[in-house]
Amino acid sequence: PPQMRGSRSKALPDRAVVNCQYSMATFSTGERRRRPHGDRQAGELALHLKQTFEAAILTHLFPRSQIDIYVQILQADGGNYCACVNAATLAVMDAGIPMRDYVCASSAGLAEETPLADLSSPEEAAAGGPGLVLALLPAAGQIALVQLSARLHQERLEAAMEAAGQACRALHAVLDRVVRERLREVTALMGD
Amino acid sequence: MASVVLSEAEKLYIVHGVQEDLRVDGRGCEDYRCAEVETDVVSNTSGSARVKLGHTDILVGVKAEMGTPKLEKPDEGYLEFFVDCSANATPEFEGRGGEELGTEIANTLYRVFSSDNSVDLKSLCINPREHCWVLYVDVLLLECGGNLFDAISIAVKAALFNTRIPKVRVLEDEEGSKEIELSDDPYDCIRLNVDDVPCIVTLSKIGYRHVVDATLQEEACSLASLLISVTSKGALTSLKKVGKGSLDPESIFEMMETGKRVGKSLHTALQKILEEEESLGASRQKVGFLG
Repeated sequence: PPQMRGSRSKALPDRAVVNCQYSMATFSTGERRRRPHGDRQAGELALHLKQTFEAAILTHLFPRSQIDIYVQILQADGGNYCACVNAATLAVMDAGIPMRDYVCASSAGLAEETPLADLSSPEEAAAGGPGLVLALLPAAGQIALVQLSARLHQERLEAAMEAAGQACRALHAVLDRVVRERLREVTALMGD
Repeated sequence: MASVVLSEAEKLYIVHGVQEDLRVDGRGCEDYRCAEVETDVVSNTSGSARVKLGHTDILVGVKAEMGTPKLEKPDEGYLEFFVDCSANATPEFEGRGGEELGTEIANTLYRVFSSDNSVDLKSLCINPREHCWVLYVDVLLLECGGNLFDAISIAVKAALFNTRIPKVRVLEDEEGSKEIELSDDPYDCIRLNVDDVPCIVTLSKIGYRHVVDATLQEEACSLASLLISVTSKGALTSLKKVGKGSLDPESIFEMMETGKRVGKSLHTALQKILEEEESLGASRQKVGFLG
């Protein structure tokens, strides 16, 4: 359960610090991993999460405090970072922390000219294929994070980004519906 | 362990209540909280289980891999335990914070499973001295709500029950070198016999009486606890005292008797649930992590 923490030693005077930790369970991937959160990939993804959420959360409302976001991967089958971003968006909403907009993320790739959205792990591992990760704030259409691995021709970039964008918008609809339903439940419980 | 802030008045309230066999949530001294156990939640493991005991949430995954047997036991496989305290449980567990607690729990698990007949290790052997199955049991602490050891041992037992190890055939070449062939059929597998797997019962001493399944607040009031691992037949496999206070010998014997009683009923309840789940088979609706 996400909880807001009090101030820590790294407090900034005018806004909140967002602290992220990304951790994978040892049984999450096909081969057993040994280091849940010490390794470089975890550090890099945590940094990306931090950047994404600093762009989305209204940090100037909480000076001198720290918001901790801990993400735990239970099972990994491709699109780890995207699932983390979507889950963290919902968690931050659930905690009542104001954000500019939902952050929806999706991965995309190309397989022989056809753009694919939301790659699973065999698709990600496909030799040499490019992979694009996009984190979007759907209402304004602003991009919080974009990341591309392997080589992609510039003309194809448009198609891949469009595919990822569409997936993000579809996700936004789902997340929005879930948040509103939950809000209805909670107000019904508290109202009567 | 996660810390909770309690005032002196609250502590006194809990202690007095326990003397009268009445706990804060209405349970008696020997009652467990309502527990939810679900197996086969993570699909790319050989076996998995999730246990929710009140606010305590544990996820265990078992992965079976091939390895070489240990030198002193050449015809047996073995189990390796690893405990990871997720930062979700308490912010103190961020980064390296949860490692101390994790190693303490892992060492306790090693000791509990160290007795020879808890798990049939000979069935894990493929080729004596060359190949055997190693079961990596990974415990993930998702939320800390008191009574970690009991929940972990229940989850480990459920996960081992759920573990499916593929059958292997050993083929001998002309030169005598052996080749291992894994059977292709996903349903052709060996299951472990978990009848003798022990469960840990934690008895916390509060005042003059002891309670089973303490919540975080009750743990804060108790000075000493006894961890007993009991098998389904009532045999004790290990005993450990934790805590800053001391226990006198009569109370230790009393606690052991209570532990055996409670342990036996825990085992029968768990076995019943596991068999029920198993009998539902593929038509079982998995709740998993949502809801």
